[in-house]
Amino acid sequence: MMNKIWAFFILIGIGYGVITGKVDLVNQKIISSGTDTLNLVMVSAPLMILWSGIMQIAKDAGLLSKLAKVFSPLFRFIFPELNEKDEALEYIASNLIINMLGIHNASTPFGLKAMKCLQEKNKKKDTATRSMITFLILNTSGVTLIATDILAIRLMYGSKNPTELILPTILATLTNTILALFIDRLFYRREKRNEHA
Amino acid sequence: MNTLSNLMIPLLVFALLIYALAKKVNVYDSFCKGAKEGIKLSIEIFPFFLAMIFGMNLLLESGFITDFFSLLNPLLTQFHIPLEILPMALIRPISGNASFVVMIDIIKTYGVDSYLARIAAILQGATDTTIYVLSLYFGSVGIKKIRYALKAGLLVDFLTVVMAIFLVSILF
Repeated sequence: MMNKIWAFFILIGIGYGVITGKVDLVNQKIISSGTDTLNLVMVSAPLMILWSGIMQIAKDAGLLSKLAKVFSPLFRFIFPELNEKDEALEYIASNLIINMLGIHNASTPFGLKAMKCLQEKNKKKDTATRSMITFLILNTSGVTLIATDILAIRLMYGSKNPTELILPTILATLTNTILALFIDRLFYRREKRNEHA
Repeated sequence: MNTLSNLMIPLLVFALLIYALAKKVNVYDSFCKGAKEGIKLSIEIFPFFLAMIFGMNLLLESGFITDFFSLLNPLLTQFHIPLEILPMALIRPISGNASFVVMIDIIKTYGVDSYLARIAAILQGATDTTIYVLSLYFGSVGIKKIRYALKAGLLVDFLTVVMAIFLVSILF
């Protein structure tokens, strides 16, 4: 799947760019992609490493397992295939909470750790498990309570009421998270039905 | 508001340290151990970063997305989806940075308190980069068959666009 999407991006990008006479731009982008990535990594990697360190403190203090315990009634419903004591749930809980606070750089190490834990129990190593998909769909539906960067931009461009969108945004993010869970189940059931048919 | 969010991270770290010290954790050792693992993680995900940025750069720069969707204009006006919001809605699942730039463009062109700018801001805040997250997270553990993950993720993104338009229409 990823294979096809990636190839599609590049083939369309180059093909369409050349047809519409943007050869120079396409050329330039091919060359600069490496530097672009490195620049991004130079900014995000140190932060990620720092937060990995802080994450370890929270883990060693037993805070992550406490967090997972608080969420366990909810998790039992959302992740029926996971055991309550699963380490992955600790990282999933932390990832979702930190996302909610809008600290995205900090949430990535937790998310990647969660995936690693889930992958250890995966029997078919090249195929996504149901829990992995549920976790990522929850993650990408993006439960952000306060998006500070957007607030800052609205302030900068002189909005009459910069904070007026906070409530609608929370409303939208909550509804789409509930929808995400619903859609995830729906697709899972459909796939299961097709297997049996 | 701003001071509150500025305080959040320092407070979080402060409280965590107090708690860990109370639990008799060797915080220095823990931090270094975690950071060491963090380095490994960042090196492991670098190839997926590079692959994604390479692909996204080419697709976005070619202008394919914006051109393709201006073709669909008549269909969209029928559903009351404003055309100007489309590049935003389309780029949002691919790249958070790129959609942030589109959002600022919309604010500059139509005004920060316009109908479109409000929709764009809600979109930026209420959803995340589906394609990017899927490729990074699945890639990092070597998953190749992602089953229905992309379909479900993009469907949620689409519904969020509908929701953002609906909310702005009834609330303002």
